[in-house]
Amino acid sequence: MSENSQGATGPTHRSVEIGVAGAIAVFAIIVIIGSLQVGIGWGAEGPKAGFFPFYIGLLILISSAVNFIRVVTETSDRGLFAEWGQLAKVMSVLVPTAIYVALIPWIGIYVASIILIAFFMKWLGSYDWPLVAAVSLGVPLAVFLIFERWFLLPLPKGPIEAYLGF
Amino acid sequence: MEEIVNLFHGFAVVIQPFNLMVMLVGIMLGVIIGVLPGLGGANGVAILLPLTFSMSPTSAIIMLSCIYWGALFGGAITSVLFNIPGEPWSVATTFDGHPMAQQGRAGEALTAAFTSSFVGALFAVIMITLVAPLVAKFALQFGPAEKFGVYFLAFCSFIGMSKEPPFKTVASMMIGFALAAVGLDSITGQLRLTFGFTELLTGFDFLIAVIGLFGIGEILLSIEEGLTFKGGAAGINPRVVFQTWAELPRYWMTSLRSCVIGCWMGISPAGATPASFMSYGIAKRVSKRGDRFGRGEIEGVVAPETAAHAAGTAALLPMLSLGVPGSPTAAVLLGGLLIWGLQPGPLLFVEQKEFVWGLIASMYLGNVVGLLVVLTCVPLFAAILRIPFSIIAPIILVFCAIGAYTVHNSTFDVVMMLVFGVVGYVLKKCNYPLAPMVLAIVLGDKAEEAFRQSLLASQGSLGIFVSNPLVSSIMALGLIALFWPLISNAMTRLRPRPAVY
Repeated sequence: MSENSQGATGPTHRSVEIGVAGAIAVFAIIVIIGSLQVGIGWGAEGPKAGFFPFYIGLLILISSAVNFIRVVTETSDRGLFAEWGQLAKVMSVLVPTAIYVALIPWIGIYVASIILIAFFMKWLGSYDWPLVAAVSLGVPLAVFLIFERWFLLPLPKGPIEAYLGF
Repeated sequence: MEEIVNLFHGFAVVIQPFNLMVMLVGIMLGVIIGVLPGLGGANGVAILLPLTFSMSPTSAIIMLSCIYWGALFGGAITSVLFNIPGEPWSVATTFDGHPMAQQGRAGEALTAAFTSSFVGALFAVIMITLVAPLVAKFALQFGPAEKFGVYFLAFCSFIGMSKEPPFKTVASMMIGFALAAVGLDSITGQLRLTFGFTELLTGFDFLIAVIGLFGIGEILLSIEEGLTFKGGAAGINPRVVFQTWAELPRYWMTSLRSCVIGCWMGISPAGATPASFMSYGIAKRVSKRGDRFGRGEIEGVVAPETAAHAAGTAALLPMLSLGVPGSPTAAVLLGGLLIWGLQPGPLLFVEQKEFVWGLIASMYLGNVVGLLVVLTCVPLFAAILRIPFSIIAPIILVFCAIGAYTVHNSTFDVVMMLVFGVVGYVLKKCNYPLAPMVLAIVLGDKAEEAFRQSLLASQGSLGIFVSNPLVSSIMALGLIALFWPLISNAMTRLRPRPAVY
């Protein structure tokens, strides 16, 4: 857990917890609406499809309400959820990963992986290019050999692999 | 005895060369997974599950369960050498293991940890060999109401034993149930909770959830904490091993107690992590040298490691005999059974003898192999941990993505993995336990099916869950587990000095 050191700022634990409880409540309401759409009563084949999820949704709603009340009434200050600097670090991993995931359908998993590994090593680790090249090309190559050749599991490929004839 | 004969048949299956190779590969991969932050047992098994699609179910379960044993062993290496628990269940091992390493007794600590793990696992496997067939035989008489009762008991004990706030556990668990309900309803064949999105037709796969919640979520947590590895030298030589082995029998009482705690906590789905803490706590209280715990006591390594490994192994007992996994990793293994076309539950012992006993035999052999592997390869595994995070993190991310993709050959699943990752990061930081969510996603459909079939049989009356002594006692146990914190509170208030361990 993050310690609230002097001068550090960031979102407080309390505000994030309130947000989480709210988000879970919204999720619960979606589940309840979805269950009502397919029917929560008793049909010819016994309980309808929405019967079980409806009560699950209710339980989620109740528990998130309890969690919400507990956070709001809590008197002790639990400090920061994380400092902005820490969150920036998290984003520095999350954003490239999101771009990586978005690229996979277009350029295939191999090229995307080369870019991801090279980016991490160069940008976050500032390694020399030869090492960056060796790891970023070596790992996808090993993946190709293990998954496609040995275990015969096809992975998504893009135009470059098509050009190379795979 | 019939079981012994079956067990020997199991050994015959396991010592086939291919299965032995698979076992060794599994152990090596498992230790690496256990050593690396962000790749836990559950997540590692989930990522590697697609690799087993082309194997026979028996080889597949041998490989995956050996990954699990390897991960259990691997967690100890990082705890002792680097003071970084590779797995949550090895947190308690850092208390005395790392001080020992700082005093230059790393070899001793590691030998003690590995040997205790082995003893704990062996105890649990013997227990599984003897008890699981009986439980399965008993459970064969279960109808839908009793089946639902068992699920109810499992989930209630999760809430009661969780150290997180109970309503957070409930919320997390119910979210899992809701996610499991998305898609085609297996009884009416109706679509539900899809809101017109075709991607949701098949629902949420628990493997994607596991890889996201545990894999991506862990990486985000590690990066936030700014992990740097500073570790002591790792050296084990045969002399230290034998010296430590000569010393270990002195702690047989701690060992035995930890085995029992581990088995108990593993069968009830509390899991390896609380088992290791509880065992450490009790050893500290009972031991004559308890005041020196935390400063490098070998007994403080023996207690948590034995319990964690016993619990991790015992978690497979309910998975095999009842179809209710005792831990997230056991849940992933159970999901594997479904993928390989096996129906988990008591019938396994009747219909899939080779599979069940092959698995049990592989537990014996796998732990022996695991012990030898970790004792001989510690420097190698420690070197892996010294690879900087900026290299290892993207590689783990790539493997998570591949693992998520190969489950259904769908890039949408990779996106979902990332979403689960962010959700897992936020929930974990807010003290929402993630294991109940995963268990609920795995068991949601089956629990619901049992519930609805029971109601169908009783024409909608909840009375069916108290209709006979068996189901009422299971439900009563569930309620006791659910309200256990309140009950134990009341009991300690009545009795000022607790004498129960």
